[in-house]
Amino acid sequence: MPPVPEETVVSEGGEAPPRYSEWRRFIRVLVSRKVALFGVIVLILLIGIAIFADLGWMGLPGVGVAPYDPYKQDLARALEQPSAEHWLGTDPLGRDELSRIIYGSRVSLMVGIIAVGIAAGSGIALGLISGFFGGWLDAVIMRIVDAVMAIPPIALALAIAAALGGGLQNIMIAVGISLTPGFSRIMRGLVLSLKETDYVMAGRSIGASNPRIMLRYILPNAFPILIVVITVLMGAAILIEAGLSFLGIGIAPPGAAWGNMVSDGYRYLLTHPILSFAPGLCIMLVVLSFNLAGDGLRDALDPRLRGVI
Amino acid sequence: MAAILEVKNLKTYFRTERGLVKAVDGISYYVNQREVVGLVGESGCGKSVSQLSVMQLIPTPPGEIVSGEVIFDGQDLLKFKPHGNEMRAIRGAKISMVFQEPMTSLNPVLNVEQQLTETLKLHLKMDKQAAKERGIELLKLVGIPDAEDRMGDYPHQFSGGMRQRVMIAMALSCNPMIIIADEPTTSVDVTTQAQLLELMMDMVRRFSTSLVIVTHNLGVVARYANRIYVMYAGRLIESGTSKDIFGNPRHPYTIGLMKSVPRLDEPMGEKLVPIDGLPPNQIDMPPTCAFLPRCTYAVGRCKREPWPELKLIEGQHYTACYVDVRKEQNEPKK
Repeated sequence: MPPVPEETVVSEGGEAPPRYSEWRRFIRVLVSRKVALFGVIVLILLIGIAIFADLGWMGLPGVGVAPYDPYKQDLARALEQPSAEHWLGTDPLGRDELSRIIYGSRVSLMVGIIAVGIAAGSGIALGLISGFFGGWLDAVIMRIVDAVMAIPPIALALAIAAALGGGLQNIMIAVGISLTPGFSRIMRGLVLSLKETDYVMAGRSIGASNPRIMLRYILPNAFPILIVVITVLMGAAILIEAGLSFLGIGIAPPGAAWGNMVSDGYRYLLTHPILSFAPGLCIMLVVLSFNLAGDGLRDALDPRLRGVI
Repeated sequence: MAAILEVKNLKTYFRTERGLVKAVDGISYYVNQREVVGLVGESGCGKSVSQLSVMQLIPTPPGEIVSGEVIFDGQDLLKFKPHGNEMRAIRGAKISMVFQEPMTSLNPVLNVEQQLTETLKLHLKMDKQAAKERGIELLKLVGIPDAEDRMGDYPHQFSGGMRQRVMIAMALSCNPMIIIADEPTTSVDVTTQAQLLELMMDMVRRFSTSLVIVTHNLGVVARYANRIYVMYAGRLIESGTSKDIFGNPRHPYTIGLMKSVPRLDEPMGEKLVPIDGLPPNQIDMPPTCAFLPRCTYAVGRCKREPWPELKLIEGQHYTACYVDVRKEQNEPKK
């Protein structure tokens, strides 16, 4: 091993830049973008509400944010207007609307996370392989992806529901599958451009193997864009799920999901608009928050932005 | 001193929609131990492509190493698969490269520690702690202050000159036999240029590494190179020791280059003489000498015969020209 020298060529002047942790910068950038911050706060609230709706999973059933049991019917008190007792009124079967909305958030979140998780996992893998290796592998994968993409999500979900039965799990798979092609195409495009960068060439010049290049050079550099895509797709997933439950394919009553709440309430739109509007508003709010938060997250996570606000 | 790298008749062509580009059209050179070799030529002459070919880093759909041999450590590197285990074991460990653009040559999402230790872990199989210590050692070696603190920093937190130093540290880390520096100082200011070159020379002397400097800057090679190869339109048109090339240039192109560069030892007020014309399009080149359209020494023979081969003048000085320009230097044809 070469010896450590005592004196070397003097480097150009300048002390090291002021030390600051990457975390602090991350928070600082996120906070500075008010719109994104709004999105993040709403999402945090949403997650909090979904988790604490009912603390049954902690062994404390009956305790939680939701004031009533969303499944408890009380036909005598059906279709009440919002009041002090029931902040959003009651639905046609006497169940507390607010509690159902709160429980509905769980469904939406789960679908968002799991469906997008499936889409991201397979989309990233497919896009990475396709874009990196090119050639016939790329052609084959992309044609299959195109074929899946041509199927409308609702039709796909119907098909899967018919084959495997309805229910939350299969809906999540269906939504995940329909979102995969979009993800893989975006990933593939990213890989194609990142493949040509200088640092990938430099990586090859030190002897990095193909898997290493894909996972350590290309994938991490794709994250900023992938994060935005993931958040936008979460919004899309929730929308698709809402559509599916609205049509009665997704979560079946008595399950509380925003989509089927909108559908339950639409018959009473003139007299009790809150029954459809509340869940509809929630859907909109959540999708919007995902999009806004996604932008902010991308800016905050990108080391290249050098803390520029 | 034995030759540690011998390139024989290397040809790299690129297939494009407009035709076949003969980026490197048959060059042969060698590099000895502890030697600094300069490869000069204007932009587009094929010098970077030739070095990338040696490392087998040419993107293969458009490009292709059509023929040639690259004898290194007793083996022909071109016989190996471009991304196979043999080539990868050599890259970074036995031959490493320093690239032109420090801004984009470092992975933006990995910090310096990760990038430096990557080579060490890969080739020398060091464990994390040992690699980190060696990394800090290397940073100090190349003159980065506060080396230990800087290990956690990202490329964007360094200036251009410092990034280039980090690249040099990476190139040195596994003690390679040859370092190929592709325009290492082109994108930094002159002060930093001088510092980086001194640094590289220092490393070469210390660790007995050979250095191949690819550049279009004659000043850089004048000071540091032992031997120089001059490239034009994909071929070598002159080669020799530094003294030969600068003291007694024999090819019209080299002479033109010398005349177009200002020198401290020439009287002020003398006009610089640029070389007329543009470098040739390397698709569909005529069989005659590629420099013919711009040459002020051309004779009838140049128009009839194919591009001349390198001919020995004396010692190690070769030139690829039919004309003895010494005679013409007293009355050049205009």
